[in-house]
Amino acid sequence: MEKFVWLIPAFPLIGVLINLFFGRWTGKKAHWIACLAVLGSFIVSLMVFSRVMQGETLNYDYFNWIWVGSFHANAGVLIDPLSALMLIVVTGVSFLIHVYSIGYMHDDPGYPRFFLYLNLFVFSMVSLVLANNFLLLYVFWEAVGLCSYLLIGFWFQKKSASDAGKKAFIVNRIGDFGFGLGIMMIFVVFGSIQFTEVFGMASGASVACLTAITLLLLLGAMGKSAQIPLYVWLPDAMEGPTPVSALIHAATMVTAGVYMIARCHVLFNLAPLTQNVIIWMGMLTAFFAATIALVQKDIKRVLAYSTISQLGYMFVGVGLGAYTAGIFHLATHAFFKALLFLGAGSVMHAMANETDMWKMGGLSKIMKYTSWTFLIACLAIAGIPPFAGFFSKEEILGAAWSAHRYEIYALGILTALMTAFYMFRVYFLTFKGTPRYNVHSHHAHESPWVMTFPLMVLAVFSVIAGWVGIGTHGGSWIHQFLNPVFTLPGSEHMAEAGHSGSEQLLLMGIAIAAALAGIGLAWQIYLKDIKQSDRMAAQFSGLHKVLTNKYYVDEFYDAVFVTPIKNISIALWRGFDAVVIDGTVNGIGWFVSIIGQLLRYFQSGYVRTYTTMFVIGVIAVLGFYLTR
Amino acid sequence: MVPLSWYLSLSAILFFLGVVGMMTRRNTIIMLMCIELMMNAANLTFVALSHYLHSMNGQMFVFFIVAIAAAEVSVGLAIIINLYRLKASVDPDDMNRLQG
Repeated sequence: MEKFVWLIPAFPLIGVLINLFFGRWTGKKAHWIACLAVLGSFIVSLMVFSRVMQGETLNYDYFNWIWVGSFHANAGVLIDPLSALMLIVVTGVSFLIHVYSIGYMHDDPGYPRFFLYLNLFVFSMVSLVLANNFLLLYVFWEAVGLCSYLLIGFWFQKKSASDAGKKAFIVNRIGDFGFGLGIMMIFVVFGSIQFTEVFGMASGASVACLTAITLLLLLGAMGKSAQIPLYVWLPDAMEGPTPVSALIHAATMVTAGVYMIARCHVLFNLAPLTQNVIIWMGMLTAFFAATIALVQKDIKRVLAYSTISQLGYMFVGVGLGAYTAGIFHLATHAFFKALLFLGAGSVMHAMANETDMWKMGGLSKIMKYTSWTFLIACLAIAGIPPFAGFFSKEEILGAAWSAHRYEIYALGILTALMTAFYMFRVYFLTFKGTPRYNVHSHHAHESPWVMTFPLMVLAVFSVIAGWVGIGTHGGSWIHQFLNPVFTLPGSEHMAEAGHSGSEQLLLMGIAIAAALAGIGLAWQIYLKDIKQSDRMAAQFSGLHKVLTNKYYVDEFYDAVFVTPIKNISIALWRGFDAVVIDGTVNGIGWFVSIIGQLLRYFQSGYVRTYTTMFVIGVIAVLGFYLTR
Repeated sequence: MVPLSWYLSLSAILFFLGVVGMMTRRNTIIMLMCIELMMNAANLTFVALSHYLHSMNGQMFVFFIVAIAAAEVSVGLAIIINLYRLKASVDPDDMNRLQG
């Protein structure tokens, strides 16, 4: 298998190089290279996947990358069911988004640059998934962060976009700082950074040590996967082009944190404190992000907060030790969230880049494909069977129930209700009701087929992707597929003990009821009588204001972190840089120029003077030797 | 028989004249002559000591120095003539185009 695995990152890398050096010539045909590259990766991923299905795994080092003393880092790949599944999801969704981008970006002057960045991202992401040691993981972890920065700030001439790019990068740096420290600590404690070696030795380390390591790793996951308190970059990341939001900030990159925790499950299983932190962090993120999403007016912002919220669910899953459930939700979420974003992009395309849902409405008559696929995605995320989201979300909530974490279960159900509510609020406001835009001056239209085709494919997967989770607990396909990864020696299933059939049915019933309640509420408020929403906003004006302003978290961070750092920086600039550093540098210059001023009198240019000097010198030297 | 010290004294006087001339005169040709004077003072010392020490080495040196001095004077005079054409002057203080 090692003979062709390297092709998965190689294809997009070749695409990057071609569009980087020949972008001027590829121009409007850049998408051919980019799409074919990702398609190639996808096909190779499928081949890998089919081999893994037959029970094959691979841990292969291609070459020595760094070798200093006892420190080894190899460029190698690790193929097991977890990475195979991730590869399929990443390359598959990426390919569809590449195709979609052909239509969405076709008028953009930076067309080849956009595909260059997308390919670079796919390259980084698949390499991240394939990495078989922590350092390689870290390198590509940073690389996807870089791509995220480049793509958020793709329209860099817009101040808000370049600011959002910087914000994403800096917030991620904070998390990555912890991640880097965690990897260093792993090397100090275990003397290796290879996954297999570290996990083999994990049970020998002290709990305190493992807790510190996992908390540091978690910090990285928090930044990348937008969890409280480092989630603030993701909503702003919506400044980027919509396919980017779909690809990076919904389907693939933000799930890197979840993937990392699942990959390091051996370490996390041995640190119960960290697991508890993950559970609570994930649940609070899911809950608060959902409340913010309830009142946002911008369609992409609602989706951004819903992404944060769903990522919270995944963290709850992996925190509970139900890694399969977390990864399952990751996979289904990738499909329906990409679909939601691409649908939103299609709407924006039709509405001349309008994102305010209050200026839309009634679009389902005009945009048949977009509205139907969007509805499927909404049903999937809301958790209505038989759509994908139902099965994965149910698994996570079921895991919370069987771990006897009833407070988590209750919050999860409440969040599920809100999820259904805000998603259908988006659906009703955008596609149903009467148009609230100027119908005569603005001719909304359905998007071209390169945009609707990926929507339809994603819609199919949003329906069927969840079916791999059908079956009695632990007996479904996804469990059987992923179990070999998560039942390595030293890791035991904490929360995946099955519960009885009737209990499972009851839990399903509760989840469906919550979802239906949310949908019904949204229908009542936003479709039946749209004025009601204003009345409710007025009734709960205080709460509404807090939610609209996102709990003032940005303002809080601004006051507590950004402003003091800015003030300290200004003080250092005026006090230290301008006085001490510049003073020293200028002082040295001044000293040299004074010496020069004095010495230049000796360089008179008069031959007589030089002769006199010379004679005086000779006399002095002779006198010295003669009088000695 | 003239004692050696007389030769050496004459040589020292000639050399000193050359040095003083270098330091005081503003005419390039005179300065060149002063250099020749110093060089010949050195030649005189060589010859005198050669005779005194009964060694031919000093006289050998003198022949070489005379030959080199002839070459040097021809080059030096050529430079001075060209400078004169350029500046209409032989004062070295006028040759100051490279001065900052």
